[in-house]
Amino acid sequence: MRPLSRPLIGLLLAALALLVVFPQFAERYYVQLGTKVMVMAIFAMSLDLLVGYTRLVSLGHAAFFGLAGYALAVLQRDFGLVSLWTTLPLTVGLCAIAALLVGALAIRTSGIYFIMVTLAIAQMFYYFANDTRALGGSDGMFIGVKPSAEVFGWAPFDLKNRVTFYYFSLAALVASFLLARMVLVSLFGRVIDAIRCNEPRARALGYSTWRYKLSMFAIAGAFAGLAGYIGAAQDGIVNPAFLSWHQSGQALVIVILGGMGTLYGPVAGAFALIALEDVAASMTEHWLLLIGLFVVAIVLLLPRGLVSLSLGGMVGRVRRRDGRAPPPRPVREAGDD
Amino acid sequence: MTEALLETRGLSKQFGGLAAVNGVSLAFEAGRVHAVIGPNGAGKTTFLNLLSGEMRPSAGSVWFKGRSITGLTPDRVARLGIGRSFQRTNVFTELTCFENCWIAAQSRLPSSLRFLRPAGRRTDLAAAAERSLDMCGLLPRRDYAASALSHGERRQLEISMILATEPDLLLFDEPLAGMGYRESRDVIALLRRIALGHTIVLIEHDMDAVFSIADRITVLVNGSVLETGSVSEIQRSSAVQGAYLGAEEGA
Amino acid sequence: MDVSTFLVQSLNSVQYGFLLFLVASGLTLIFGILGVINLAHGSFFMIGAYLAHWLTVKTGNLFIAIALGLPLSFLLGLVVERLAIGFLYARDHLYQVLLTYGLILVFNELQRILWGNDVHGVATPAGLSASIPLTEVQSYPVYRFFISVACIGVAGAMYLVIHGTKLGMLIRAGASNREMVELLGFGVKRLYAVVFALGAALTAFAGMLSAPVNSVYPGMGEHILIISFVVVVIGGLGSIQGAFIGAMLIGFVDTFGKVFVPEAASLSVYAFMAAVLLWRPQGLFGARPA
Repeated sequence: MRPLSRPLIGLLLAALALLVVFPQFAERYYVQLGTKVMVMAIFAMSLDLLVGYTRLVSLGHAAFFGLAGYALAVLQRDFGLVSLWTTLPLTVGLCAIAALLVGALAIRTSGIYFIMVTLAIAQMFYYFANDTRALGGSDGMFIGVKPSAEVFGWAPFDLKNRVTFYYFSLAALVASFLLARMVLVSLFGRVIDAIRCNEPRARALGYSTWRYKLSMFAIAGAFAGLAGYIGAAQDGIVNPAFLSWHQSGQALVIVILGGMGTLYGPVAGAFALIALEDVAASMTEHWLLLIGLFVVAIVLLLPRGLVSLSLGGMVGRVRRRDGRAPPPRPVREAGDD
Repeated sequence: MTEALLETRGLSKQFGGLAAVNGVSLAFEAGRVHAVIGPNGAGKTTFLNLLSGEMRPSAGSVWFKGRSITGLTPDRVARLGIGRSFQRTNVFTELTCFENCWIAAQSRLPSSLRFLRPAGRRTDLAAAAERSLDMCGLLPRRDYAASALSHGERRQLEISMILATEPDLLLFDEPLAGMGYRESRDVIALLRRIALGHTIVLIEHDMDAVFSIADRITVLVNGSVLETGSVSEIQRSSAVQGAYLGAEEGA
Repeated sequence: MDVSTFLVQSLNSVQYGFLLFLVASGLTLIFGILGVINLAHGSFFMIGAYLAHWLTVKTGNLFIAIALGLPLSFLLGLVVERLAIGFLYARDHLYQVLLTYGLILVFNELQRILWGNDVHGVATPAGLSASIPLTEVQSYPVYRFFISVACIGVAGAMYLVIHGTKLGMLIRAGASNREMVELLGFGVKRLYAVVFALGAALTAFAGMLSAPVNSVYPGMGEHILIISFVVVVIGGLGSIQGAFIGAMLIGFVDTFGKVFVPEAASLSVYAFMAAVLLWRPQGLFGARPA
């Protein structure tokens, strides 16, 4: 991942400040909507790791999003676990392992096959949840209580409070962003860059590229699990729709819309799309039609792809931090062409 | 006696009924430049592919540092210390020259599954990348995307990437292909500099280049070795002249 | 399991397999020749089914409905190709996925606007609603035989077109070398439009045929789409024979899976796909990966 330019960092910090003060003057409905947006933002960011950074177009990412919700519900109902400090790591860990298993199968394929296989596997999760009575079938399961932050009898914060929950989600979003960045600037991230750019060449250099792709798949699955955990905890319910491919499809739209390969782009995309859906839903009950037309129009009208026009692209190309002259032709970002 | 760093024994590759490489047994001495030449279709690139693991031989074996590497995949072969350049320049076009060499240097680490610390802290890798860029004269283009480079510069980048992996043996497949006169001179000079510390196996059509760099030359015709010898031996050989003049004139 | 049940289930498997073959071959044709992954492929199946329902209600006869519905589906395919798909040929699969996903949303909502959320049925045509006795106790609906026969007929016609006509030759040529066909002066754009429309019509036909045996409901396109993806993955992209073998295999796995393991009925297909992929990631007839 390329270093962020100073103006961009400034913009991100300003957005963060806005998000921090937002609940202080916003209505309850919008605070909840804000939380929902941040859940989608974490989910979309995790998909960007796959789509934008590794060129793995997964249409089944919702499998881990939904798995997390069901894991939380089962942990609560069948194991009586309500503590945030046990359920969250267990859930995220489970999603990472599931992603390793799914990825081990899916990453054997590439290109179109990969897209179709991830979709099919996610459908498998969907049908499993839908058909299994123990998991509530098509009605899903309740998550009776919000996870408790209590430790040795003292609770540093109470997630039953809407505003607290909002800040919890915001903290999760910021932490996810920083963690993802850390992974992307590491040695591992450099190999991912190479794989994205020219996988056969990376293999010729001696990298077992499938290992890196699989690791990234697991990492993305873990972050999706985090998003799913928070989303299910907020709603108090989980059902097969969490696993549906519309959930995956929506995340993909957000990633492309916001600007893939940037991490912050999908976050902005989440805000944009959820806002758009909110507006469209208030206009007509057939708002999905508008969204569908919007998606088609976006793809058709921007032949160079969306990165050029997206919020991420507009904020600016990268300048080198060490002060050297930038290259004569712009260093092309991932996702161009 | 200098021992052979790389050796092939009865190496063959069949494609259906055609023997592209037919029972080639050659020894490549450490520290020498060994050129493989021959008319078009002689099986030179196939031979190189067999050495680097891109193709599996139909028969015969390949030995590197005394161990068999027959049938190993390209990434395994690369790890063992054989660096290969491709006929079509194949670099990471989106990345800068520095990043290209960096990722090549990084490939020598036992594992890159390291997630926590920033890569930028590895000054050793940065130094290796800069060293190889410098040797190829590309240091001024360090921060330019590979896509911004001229064809000749991309070839140099390709070579510099291989150098960054600090290989024991270098395989070059027509490094001068498609180059104008001046670019060729630059690359030939570069190859001569590299030859000082490395073992090189080189396929090339440019005879001037071959005669000026090579220590030994092997002539392949129709997949078999016609003759192996020193530069002067090959230049004087009537069999070699017959093979070239009798066959179609190559590019 | 007794013989008659086995026979009935086998016939069901074959019939389902044939339907899947029609859908999957449309998908693999579109991908193999046009290079486009079309997520909205299942929507044409749904469109076929709804057309069958609507036209049968209007005309009272399923055959007339199919006769009218086929050219309508073909036309619709042409329109979709000109307005949307045609712009995707040179582009990354990612954008194809995105655009066709948008198309799914559009088609689904249009269907809801036109026909609402109810589940509909289509009456089996009078001439075909009898049952043929197979054994003393079991009989099998004639209509299901009809489905298989119709599919075989279409598959045969497809084979004849691809291998025996000029259009078919152009299609095969365009599959291997688009530029060459263009240079030779044939209108590749028109050719591609026809291929896409054919693929759409094939799928719609399958939807029309199957309407009397399955119900017609919102979202039915997605289900068949994903199954046809499984078929194509198993069979290998771009291979018609792979689509056939894959479709038959899935027909049997799904039907018998539901009989033997009803709790995990929907999963058997995906488990089978996973097994095939573990063994051959490129599918049974697909090209070996680079």
